[in-house]
Amino acid sequence: MTPRARLAVFALAAVGLAALLVWGLAGLPRFGDYEGRYGRIIARDTVPQRKATDAVGVTTFDYRGIDTLGEEFILLVSVVGVMALLRAHREETDESRARAQELERIRKAPLPSESLTLLGQTLAPIVLVLGIYVVAHGHLTPGGGFQGGVVLAAALLVLYLTTGRTAFRRLRAVAAFEAVEALGALGYALIGVGGLIAGAQFLHNFIPHGHSGLLTGGTVPLANVSVGFAVAGAIATLLSEMLDQDLLRSRGGR
Amino acid sequence: MTALQAVLLILVGAGGLAVAATRDPVRQALVASLFGLLLGALFFAFQAPDVALSQIVVGSLALPAMILLAIARTRARAAADRQREEPSE
Amino acid sequence: MSFLPYAVAAWLFLVGVWGIVTSRNLIHLVVCVTVVQASTYIVLLGIGYRTDAAAPIFADIPTSTPTVDPVVQALTLTDVVVEATVVALLLALAIQAERRFGTLDPNELGALRG
Repeated sequence: MTPRARLAVFALAAVGLAALLVWGLAGLPRFGDYEGRYGRIIARDTVPQRKATDAVGVTTFDYRGIDTLGEEFILLVSVVGVMALLRAHREETDESRARAQELERIRKAPLPSESLTLLGQTLAPIVLVLGIYVVAHGHLTPGGGFQGGVVLAAALLVLYLTTGRTAFRRLRAVAAFEAVEALGALGYALIGVGGLIAGAQFLHNFIPHGHSGLLTGGTVPLANVSVGFAVAGAIATLLSEMLDQDLLRSRGGR
Repeated sequence: MTALQAVLLILVGAGGLAVAATRDPVRQALVASLFGLLLGALFFAFQAPDVALSQIVVGSLALPAMILLAIARTRARAAADRQREEPSE
Repeated sequence: MSFLPYAVAAWLFLVGVWGIVTSRNLIHLVVCVTVVQASTYIVLLGIGYRTDAAAPIFADIPTSTPTVDPVVQALTLTDVVVEATVVALLLALAIQAERRFGTLDPNELGALRG
């Protein structure tokens, strides 16, 4: 089918789709007139029941924890898919020459300037602490495992981009990231099993809730930390795979 | 429906059109990162700070990084293939 | 006027699909998928919005204040991060396709058979 014919078919279909979308979306309640009872019950009961003030975080990890478990395993599966796709060709022989050429090109590439290295090495610990803060306070203020995990992965990315040589050159960093991600996913599933062991249903919030401050919410802070690990490991693994070399290995062996 | 929400919605609509209409992938990565920022601002206006934080962090950071890395991967391989086909010197 | 969020969501959906249909580059195609994803987020958040209500964080407001719906926000925020990794999977597929067919043009994929 030629591109013009395809565009004509799409135009027809788009008109039909637009009509259906407008008709369907017009049947929704007016914007701003939300009257759902589930949401109001959760907003009313979060602080008395769990003593944690971020209703969205408590909903994600406690009231709707099973949905988050599913999402986390989508994360795991897509990282496995990326690794399977991008590693399958590394053993082929004609790829080894391309890889040697790429490493040679990287070895000849200039190191980042010293001011950039200084900026990166100053910025990376700050971003790391910010990521840990966002993960730890997920049940009190906006934040949590998902957001904080990406910020943690960003700290690693900043470190990689601005330093030409690192102290981790001998570490097999990709394996470490994969282990971190798997550990995070395992931790979340174990929290759910802990609910079973405590005599209630899977993902029941079985740790006693505190009174106020950082240690409230039962299993919600623990779930935040394990999801933070999982997401940070996943994003770092993905970026590392796409770079075709370990994220923290120094460029070309220098 | 406050004025801020209306303005941000229209900006987001225009941003989406800009992302789809930019054909060069490298430029599109930058436009997509700006689109992610606009979307984050819209989520703030919808009283959803958690979602806005998520969107800003992902759409302005992780996503453009992945796009640029994918472009670099495909160009590196294309360059290596071209080198292989040329007569070696 | 109150239909504007849903109208923008429908517009983004159609624009994203138009970008996918007329794409000449696989990576451009994958980024258009993120535009379609954005339209679903706007619909979800638009459903849960209540006029003149606060965000559902009770750190500094009394617990009896009317807030917007926290459930749709919980769904959307996990969705945003996870769909980024799905986009990474699509990009890996694009890289593999370029390796196998030598081109990133969707019109020319599948023309070379081994």
